[in-house]
Amino acid sequence: MKKVIVIGNGMVGYKFCEKLVNKANSTDFSIEVFGEEPRPAYDRVHLSEYFGDKSANELLLAPSKWYLENNIKLHTSSLISSIDPSKKEIKTYKNESFTYDYLVIVTGSSPFIPPIKGVEKKGVFVYRTLEDLDAMKSYASKLKSEGKIEAAVLGGGLLGLEAANAAKELGMNTHVIEFAPRLMPRQLDLPASNLLKQKVEAMNIQVHLEKATSEILGENGIESMAFNDNSSLKVDMLIISAGIRPRDELARNSGIKIGERGGIWVNNKMQTSEKDIYAIGEVALYNDGIYGLVAPGYDMANVAVEQITGGDLTMAPSIDMSTQLKLIGTEVASFGDPFIENDEVAVISFENKHKGIYKRINVTKDGKKLLGGILVGDASDYNTLFQLYINAMKLPENPEDLILGARGGEASSVGSVMDFPDSAQICSCESVSKGAICGMIQDETCCSVSDVVKNTKATTGCGGCKPMVVDLVNESLKALGKEVKETLCEHFSYNRQELYDLIKINKITTFNEALNLFGKGNGCETCKPALASLFASIYMETANRQITIQDSNDRFLANIQRNGTYSIVPRVPGGEITPEKLMVLGSVAKKYDLYTKITGGQRIDLFGAELHELPLIWKELIDAGFESGHAYGKSLRTVKSCVGSTWCRYGMHESVSFAIEIENRYRGLRSPHKLKGGVSGCIRECAEARGKDFGLIAVEGGWNLYVCGNGGATPKHAILLAEQLDDETCIKYLDRFLMFYIRTAAPLTRTAPWLEKLDGGIEYLKKVVIEDCLGIAEELEKEMQGLVNQYECEWKQAIEDPEMMKRFKHFVNSNDTDNNIEYVPLREQKMPKAWR
Amino acid sequence: MEQILQQYQSVASTKVMTWFHVGKINDFPENGGACIKYKAKQIAVYNFTRKSKWYACQNVCPHKMEMVLSRGMIGDLSGTPKVACPLHKKTFSLENGENLNGDDYKIATYPVKIENENVYIGFTD
Ligand SMILES: Cc1cc2nc3c(=O)[nH]c(=O)nc-3n(C[C@H](O)[C@H](O)[C@H](O)COP(=O)(O)OP(=O)(O)OC[C@H]3O[C@@H](n4cnc5c(N)ncnc54)[C@H](O)[C@@H]3O)c2cc1C
Repeated sequence: MKKVIVIGNGMVGYKFCEKLVNKANSTDFSIEVFGEEPRPAYDRVHLSEYFGDKSANELLLAPSKWYLENNIKLHTSSLISSIDPSKKEIKTYKNESFTYDYLVIVTGSSPFIPPIKGVEKKGVFVYRTLEDLDAMKSYASKLKSEGKIEAAVLGGGLLGLEAANAAKELGMNTHVIEFAPRLMPRQLDLPASNLLKQKVEAMNIQVHLEKATSEILGENGIESMAFNDNSSLKVDMLIISAGIRPRDELARNSGIKIGERGGIWVNNKMQTSEKDIYAIGEVALYNDGIYGLVAPGYDMANVAVEQITGGDLTMAPSIDMSTQLKLIGTEVASFGDPFIENDEVAVISFENKHKGIYKRINVTKDGKKLLGGILVGDASDYNTLFQLYINAMKLPENPEDLILGARGGEASSVGSVMDFPDSAQICSCESVSKGAICGMIQDETCCSVSDVVKNTKATTGCGGCKPMVVDLVNESLKALGKEVKETLCEHFSYNRQELYDLIKINKITTFNEALNLFGKGNGCETCKPALASLFASIYMETANRQITIQDSNDRFLANIQRNGTYSIVPRVPGGEITPEKLMVLGSVAKKYDLYTKITGGQRIDLFGAELHELPLIWKELIDAGFESGHAYGKSLRTVKSCVGSTWCRYGMHESVSFAIEIENRYRGLRSPHKLKGGVSGCIRECAEARGKDFGLIAVEGGWNLYVCGNGGATPKHAILLAEQLDDETCIKYLDRFLMFYIRTAAPLTRTAPWLEKLDGGIEYLKKVVIEDCLGIAEELEKEMQGLVNQYECEWKQAIEDPEMMKRFKHFVNSNDTDNNIEYVPLREQKMPKAWR
Repeated sequence: MEQILQQYQSVASTKVMTWFHVGKINDFPENGGACIKYKAKQIAVYNFTRKSKWYACQNVCPHKMEMVLSRGMIGDLSGTPKVACPLHKKTFSLENGENLNGDDYKIATYPVKIENENVYIGFTD
C-alpha cells in the first residue's frame, strides 16, 4: 500500500481526498491529512453566509465522520513545519515526523497585507477563515456598544466588495477604498465599474477610488486612515482585502522550486521540482499564474489524483477565470477575456442608464465566436453566454441579439440548454457536462434534480449552474415522455393545486384523512403546513384546530424569534390607531418588558414574550379591543395607507378609509405565501402600494389596481391590472384575483413569481379577472365572500378554550419557565444574547 | 454551550435506572410534541399517534442551542421518524438522533414507556 500525505485541508485539499477515495484502486493508497485550521475543510466560497444563518458546521464540506468512514486519517490544528524530500519525510510543529510515498501540498494562500505603517493595530482584520469572521463579529459588536460604527475595506475587488457587504450586515457604516481608478479592476471595464460604483453607493457603501493609504492611525486600535492625497477617513475597523499570496513558505524552506513572484512551480501533471511531491490549489504556480478560484483548483486535484493513481490526465493549458459577484445585491459577472480589443475583435456593448444595466460582449470579427464579456445589473444571461464561450459554440446570425434579446419574434435568441453540445460543461466547479446529466436521466440512473445532484455533485459548488441543471433534467424527462411533475414531497405525489381540488371536492377536513386517502407515510414539515394552509383557505379553519400540522409560528399564533421567544403584532388596520390604544400597547409592553419596534407595515411589534406569557398578553390586548394581526401566518398581513384626502392637501381619495375596509375584509385570509396590500391617495404613492401584492392608487375617476409586486430580496413593482375603478369593482376584482392566486399558486410562492410562471402572464390574468374567460369569476367571488363571513379572531378563540390553552406552557410537568433565555441591553431596551 | 450539550447523552432502554413520570398521554398533542423537565434537563416528548409510538429527545437544538425542539413538527423521511426544528427546520431522526440534512449534529434520545395512560421517560441518573 502507498502512503499519500496531504498538507492542507482546505477546499482543494478536501476535493483531492474525495476524488482519490472514489477511485477504483483507492484501496491501494492510505491517506493522511494535516490541516492547520481547527476544523475539517469548509466551504470558503460561501464564508460570508456565516454572518447570515449558516453555522460553522453547516459550512463543512464533509463532517468528520466522512473522513473516518473513508479511512482518511485527519489531523486538525496540525501545522506542518518542514519537508525533507530526500528522506520523503515531513515534520509537524510538534516535531513529530511522518514518511510518505506521495506528498500533496495544498496550503492555499493567505491575504496579502500591504506594508502600510500601522497595519498591526487592533481593529485591522483579514477575511479568509471562520476565525477571522468570529474576530470581526465580536470586535464590531464591542465597537457598536461604544457607539463606533465606521468600517472600511481596503481593496475594491471581488472579495473586498463581499467583505464590505458583510461589514454592512454587521451594522457598520461601510467604506470601500480602492487604489485603482475603478472597482473590480481585474474583471470590469470603466463603464461597468462606474455603474457598479453607483449601485454599491446606493446600498449605502461609500466608494473611494484612486486612494493610496499612507498610514493607519490610532492610540489603542485603529481610529483613522491617512491617504497620499493628504485626506483622511475616520475608521473604527478595517478589513484588508488587497489580494492573496500563495502560502509557499513550507516548500520554499525545503528546497522545492518556487516562482519568482511566489507560488510552488508545477508542470501540467501538477508535479513540483521534487520527485513524488505535487502541489495544487491556490499555492500552485501553473503556466506562470496563481488561480484564486475553486474551479481550477478542483481541476488540479483531479489531475493530481489521476497522476498518482496511474492515469495520464494533464491540466489544460489555459485556465478559465470567469466569475460572478455574490451576495452584494446587484448582479455582476465577467467571463472569458472581458477586455480584449484588437483588430480581430468586435466589441458590442449596451447600456441602459435608467435601468442600471450594462452588457458587453467581445466576439470575433466574423461574428462566429464569443471571446468574453461583462454583465452588470442583469446577469441572467451569464450561464448561457458562458456556455457559448467555454464551448466555443457558433453564435446566432446577429450576435448583438445575445445581449439585446431577439427583436421582433418571441423566441429567445440564445436557444435552450438542450441545444448545447453534450460536451458543454454545465457545472464548472465539479466538472459535470451536459452529456453526463442527460445520460443519467436517459439510462434511468436518475429521475430528478436531487438524484442528479447526489450522483454528480453538480450545483454544490458556487451554485450558479442550478437553473441550467433544473432545465436539463426537466427537458430530458420530457423528451423521454415522462411527466415532469411538481409534487409536494415524498408523502404526496400531487401539487398544491391538485390537492386543493381533492380536499375540496372530497370534503376532507383533517390532515390524517388527506394523508390516508391521497398520500403515504406520516407527513413532514413540508406537507403539513402546506395542507394546513389549504384547510384554512378552503374552510377558513383557524390554526387552533389542527395544531400539530401548523408551521412553527402558526402553532403558537406568534412569530418565533432567534432565542425561542415570540413577538406579538396586533392588527392595526390601515395603520390608523387611537391614542388610547397606543397607550394600551405601551403599558402591556412595559408590564411584560417587551422590546418594542414599529414594523414596515405600520403596526407595532412587541418582542421577547415567553411561550407562557402569550395568552396573558393577548387577554389584555383583546380586552382593549385588539385582535390578531396574523403577522405569524402565510396570510394577509397589512394594507398600508398614506393619510389620504381627509388630511392631505394633494389627496384624491380617502386612502385610509379604503385601506381599513380592505384590511378588515381580508383579515385572517390564509394564502400560499404572505400577502401585503397598499392604498395611496394620489400618484405620489406614499403608501408604496406598487411594492405590494396588491396596490391601489387614487387617480381622477377612481382607483388604479396594481397586482403582484413585492419588496424583499428580489423587489418587483406591481403591474397595472385595471384602471379608474370605483370601490365596488375594485373589491370585486381583488376578490377574484386573490382567490385565483390562492387556488393555483405553488406552496410558498408569492404573487410576483406566481405571475411570472403563469402562462400568458398579466394579459391572461386580465382575461381571467376582468373578462372572466374561464367562467369562474362568480365562483371566485362567492368563495371569497364565504371566507370573509367565517372570519374569527383565532387568539380570542384560543384564550377562551382551556384545551387550546394547553400548548402555551413551556413544561408539561412543571410551572417553571425556560431558564435558558438570556438578554443583553440594547439602547434603552434589550435584545437576545447572541447565538453561541 | 458544550456544557449544555454534555448534559444530554442518549439512553438505551436496557440501561435505564429511573423511569420518571412526566404526565398523562393526553397531556401530549396527537402527532406532536411537548416539553418536560427532569432535574436540570429539558426533554421533548412526542406522541406519534400515526405510528402508535412515543419518542423523546433533548429539547435543545444543537444548531443554535435554543430550547425549542418540542415545538417542532414531526413526520418521517423514507420511513425514519423525525422532528424538524421550528427555528431553521433542521431535521433529526427520532430513532437515533442523527441529523438528516447531512450536518454534523446529533441529538440525544431517551426511551419512553406508557403504562395505564401514564407517560414515563427513562434516565440513567
Ligand atoms: C470570502 C471568500 C469568498 C470567495 N469566493 C469565491 C468564489 O465566489 N468563487 C471562487 O471560485 N472562489 C472563491 N474564493 C476563493 C476560494 O475559496 C479558494 O480558491 C479556495 O479555497 C482555494 O482552496 P485551497 O485548498 O487551495 O486553499 P484553502 O482553502 O485556503 O486551504 C488551504 C488550507 O491549508 C492550510 N495550511 C496552510 N499551510 C499549512 C501547513 N503548513 N500545514 C498544515 N496546513 C496548512 C490552511 O490553514 C488552509 O486551511 C473565495 C475566498 C474567500 C476567502
